[in-house]
Amino acid sequence: MDMNQPIGATPLDGKPDGLVGRPIDRIDGRLKVTGRAPYAYETRDLKNPAYGFLVEAGIAKGRIRSLDVSAAKRAPGVLLVMTHENVPEQGEKKEQVYPQLQGTEIRFHGQPIAFVVAQSFEQARAAAALVRAEYDVQTPEASLKAARPNAVEPKPAQTPPDSELGDFDGAFASAPVTLDVEYTTPVQIHAQMEPHATIASWEAGPDGDRVTLFTANQMLNRGQTSLASVLKLKPENVRLVSHYIGGGFGSKLQPQPEAILSALASRSLKRPVKVALTRQQEFHVATHRTDTIQRIRLGADETGRLTAIAHESWSATAPGDVFYETSAVVTRSLYAAQNRLTRHRLANLNVPIASAMRAPGEAVGQLAFECAMDELAEHLKIDPIELRIRNEPEQDPEKKVPFSTRQLVACMREGAQRFGWDKRGATGATRDGQWLVGMGMAAASRLNPLMPSQAGVRLNPDGTLTVRMAMTDIGTGTYTILAQIAGEMMGLPIERIHVEIGDTAYPKAAGSGGSFGAGSAGSALYVACDNLRQALLQSAGMNAEGATFSEGRVTSGNRSEALADLAGAQGVEAKGEIKPGAMKEKYSQHSFGAHFAEVGVDADTGEIRLRRMLGVFTGGRILNQKTARSQALGGMIFGIGAALMEAAETDTRYGYFVNHDLAEYHVPAHADVPAIDAVFLPELDDKANPLKSKGLGEVSICGAGAALANAVYNATGLRIRDYPLTLDKVIDGWNEREGAAQRRT
Amino acid sequence: MGSCAALATLGASLRGRAEAAPAAVDPQPQTMPVSLEINGTRHDLTLDTRTTLLDALREHLDLNGSKKGCDHGQCGACTVLVNGRRINSCLSLAVMHEGDSVTTIEGLADGDSLHPLQAAFLHHDGYQCGYCTPGQICSAAGMLSEVEAGWPSHVTDDLTRKASLTDEEIRERMSGNICRCSAYPNIVAAIRDASTKI
Amino acid sequence: MKAFAYERPATVQDAARLAAERPSARFIAGGTNLLDLMKLQIETPATLIDVNRLPLAEVTETEEGGLRIGALVRNSDLAAHPRVRTDYAVLGKALLAGASGQLRNKATTAGNLLQRTRCYYFYDTTKPCNKREPGSGCAAIGGFNRIMAVLGASDSCIATNPSDMNVAMRVLDATVETVDPQGARRSIPIAAFHRLPGDTPQIETDLKPGELITAVTLPKPVEGVHLYRKVRDRASYAFATVSVAAIIAKGEGGKPRLAKLAFGGLAHKPWRVQAAEAALVETGSADAAADRVLDGARGQGSNDFKIPLTRRTLRATVAEALRA
Repeated sequence: MDMNQPIGATPLDGKPDGLVGRPIDRIDGRLKVTGRAPYAYETRDLKNPAYGFLVEAGIAKGRIRSLDVSAAKRAPGVLLVMTHENVPEQGEKKEQVYPQLQGTEIRFHGQPIAFVVAQSFEQARAAAALVRAEYDVQTPEASLKAARPNAVEPKPAQTPPDSELGDFDGAFASAPVTLDVEYTTPVQIHAQMEPHATIASWEAGPDGDRVTLFTANQMLNRGQTSLASVLKLKPENVRLVSHYIGGGFGSKLQPQPEAILSALASRSLKRPVKVALTRQQEFHVATHRTDTIQRIRLGADETGRLTAIAHESWSATAPGDVFYETSAVVTRSLYAAQNRLTRHRLANLNVPIASAMRAPGEAVGQLAFECAMDELAEHLKIDPIELRIRNEPEQDPEKKVPFSTRQLVACMREGAQRFGWDKRGATGATRDGQWLVGMGMAAASRLNPLMPSQAGVRLNPDGTLTVRMAMTDIGTGTYTILAQIAGEMMGLPIERIHVEIGDTAYPKAAGSGGSFGAGSAGSALYVACDNLRQALLQSAGMNAEGATFSEGRVTSGNRSEALADLAGAQGVEAKGEIKPGAMKEKYSQHSFGAHFAEVGVDADTGEIRLRRMLGVFTGGRILNQKTARSQALGGMIFGIGAALMEAAETDTRYGYFVNHDLAEYHVPAHADVPAIDAVFLPELDDKANPLKSKGLGEVSICGAGAALANAVYNATGLRIRDYPLTLDKVIDGWNEREGAAQRRT
Repeated sequence: MGSCAALATLGASLRGRAEAAPAAVDPQPQTMPVSLEINGTRHDLTLDTRTTLLDALREHLDLNGSKKGCDHGQCGACTVLVNGRRINSCLSLAVMHEGDSVTTIEGLADGDSLHPLQAAFLHHDGYQCGYCTPGQICSAAGMLSEVEAGWPSHVTDDLTRKASLTDEEIRERMSGNICRCSAYPNIVAAIRDASTKI
Repeated sequence: MKAFAYERPATVQDAARLAAERPSARFIAGGTNLLDLMKLQIETPATLIDVNRLPLAEVTETEEGGLRIGALVRNSDLAAHPRVRTDYAVLGKALLAGASGQLRNKATTAGNLLQRTRCYYFYDTTKPCNKREPGSGCAAIGGFNRIMAVLGASDSCIATNPSDMNVAMRVLDATVETVDPQGARRSIPIAAFHRLPGDTPQIETDLKPGELITAVTLPKPVEGVHLYRKVRDRASYAFATVSVAAIIAKGEGGKPRLAKLAFGGLAHKPWRVQAAEAALVETGSADAAADRVLDGARGQGSNDFKIPLTRRTLRATVAEALRA
């Protein structure tokens, strides 16, 4: 099915007690709570693996003068030491997947320079430490701030890097009220709990070589294509298996060096090779979210109506890479204004490869923009919600097409009412013991894409249904919502649905990323089930009109048959496919939401602690109220981290992230998260996909951190424009204020 | 730049020291017999002295429930109970546990009947990706014993009295278990729920 | 991690003998810091002497009314000990502010004393560090140094002692008891136990090679309000940016009549300035005390905030003690 028109009525509609939407427990939950869900490094399917350990460059720019591997090769248990001198020939890079160990040039800190394989993990790790590199070191360029004047217009990603409408400069110059501010966001790390890991097995065969990788990967078919390119294999000869994935957040959208190196090593050794990145390696060898500098200019009339919006963003990635952070893209559709400008610039620096992290673009874009809106509201003495309502667009202000659905105002109003927004005090006016207390809010918006996806279903003779596709579940609940969709469509209880995903041997699927996973894979499954329904009705000679599938039976007119009987001895199969279509162009499609946060700022130490938080979201049809809420809470807590603590600090002398472990790169811990809640407003989006659902995994991080930052302003009167809001910046703010007060007296 | 020039003689990332002694004088790997009681069953192993308790479980006993998230005691995914106490199994050598009794996530359930914490995590959706989950559950089991024994925590107001199991106490005591999916509110709800059933 | 021989002596004498025989041996107890460093080859002992089976895990009363804490008493056991909870609350609070439940179950009293100082660059073997490789330089100076020292640092090293327990031990005037490989015992006042970096930052304590900590003794309890205020970037499971251990007894007119103060996160060792305590008692002013504490304090850039933060935290701590 191509999504060319609104879907109309579907079998999922009008079933308030149906399986879809019900907050059932995860069907893979039992495996997870008993420790029996096998993640990539733990597969038992590839026997007798050797252990790999990656060696990375300790400089950010220069050349390897010599690489002495003699001691490593002599070390006990060592089977292979692979370097640029003996690595097998590789093919072309594809997207951000690069051939490894190519030559002596070092472009970024953490670039792999050797791969050591031994009989045991302990041996491999010890031998890796014996690899001796000598470098001709050059001074790296690693400061985005310094490189900003020379940053270039990047190649277009999904959207062009720049956009313009009307006359921004003129409108801004003549606006009665203006704001011109810069925000900065730091390098952030995905820090998914499962490090990148692969067990690879390379087999030579008469039809060409084949390789199987049990690997932690969010988008298996994409990974299959890129690995085929780099490994010089036919895509069909590359198999990726990823049944359970210990978190992704974008870090596993593409294969990382450990997948390539273990495959190449397996080829040389004719034996499976397993490897996991160490936590420290995760910071440099794998990707990160770039730091950004964002300039926001707003022009408005005295009533707060925006006349001019400009959002410019600068970001960085490694030399030769084209990824840029699309921070300002969300600004193109969020608020009304006649005159608009967005611009993205990229600096190629001697820093590790930047890539997508949960809500790439929007997450950091709204950290900045939603605070700028708060600044404007403060300046105009207008309630921040009211300011947003006054700038609510009737249609997408740049694309000039309608929104498929847009309930931002409803989210803000519902949230305000539930949170007690009317109790928000004046700036700096609320105190609770040692705590300066403040409330803040921010809007949330995230693009809702649909990706091509296929699914296969099979009604088995025993009346159960098997679902197959190369989809993944990175913790989002995919296993469960797929079972719910199939069960609802076929009228089968959840226990009779077998979901088999995570293998490129199955039909090609979108994978998990960009908030498109559930909508795309679920829609493919919907189509497959619809096709199966038609096939069953046809083979039974039953009238499709008015046919219903429920309780394991199909009923049409006065006939009713058990599905198990219709399956026959062989079972019945069907396939389904979804593709984006005209709906993508005719409608502007986004998930929306509103965040509300209350923070306390310790009046002595400047420590900021969240006290409570609420998110109200719309994401079309909610497929499972329980897992959806979990995902939303998770996104909000990511926002807490972004607002208050997360920053990988670049030492520009060395071009590396200084605090590269989980002791010094802080993500929120239990104690940072008080009572928080997430709710969804009812919505169906018939332009989005057949499920009428939209993405939820990312809208919940968008704006979340800004709500905290705005709350900090409300608590203290300090506007900190450099994320994260750590206590030193609060103290600096107080010191500046005291200094200014003293100068006045 | 001076500091960069100094780097030229330094090696790859995991290097010990620039003038590190050649491999010849490094001790050869040593193996040792070690006997562990794991989930009620005695296992006699011969292990490299460098093998952590975590790697012994995962690589030598096929018990992959305990996870390696950081290998440095910074995340808690490897939490197991040793002689009833929760510890980070990544920061302990297997040979140091001769004769110890180890309980892992695989040993918590009673046959097909889930441990109350496991059932509560399932019901409250106290996870997403599931990778930190075994550590969270083992940690919670150890934590509840600590509360039962009257141990105070950082958020216990009066150290001389037995703390009650408030949400604030649960959060503080569970802070050694990082969950990047951030299922924290649901984990706290699950522990609160299970604590009444143990 | 380099290969090593592993020994598990049953007596203190055997442990001492092994340490004498094996020059590059290290004792291992909890292992929470040593194994962390061995995995990165920052520590590379040829022999590990596992002291966990030695009979050093008791907490006993001393004749003077104090406590003798065995070297192997785990942090969690010490924090839960009835005498610590009633009479040495500052120690209990400091212990509970440190690390995580799992780590406190492993970490020992002696091991906590011996935690290596913390510095990002010390932890990365590709970067110069005088502590790890004497003479290679200090990358933290001129680098990102948020967690580094503002007091007692040198041109060689600006690392900080990360322990919470040590700050409380310092304010309690603890004594460290040791035995050396020849069997000789000595007592080291906590003030002399940890060293400033000077030009030998690789030497962090007064211990001699092979010398084993057997116990830490506390003098009889000091009456007053015991507080440990730890300021950190995350609400739990994070090292201190600044911490204050305080024992303050209120006297006439709401002024302190007794004050003992020690600070964490500021220096290579727990920081204590007796003149600051005297100033607090004399003037009742936390700022007067802070002036003494911060005498000579110097920021390195990203840690400049520690100077005003120390003053602010001390003010808050003193105020809290006097409110109590």
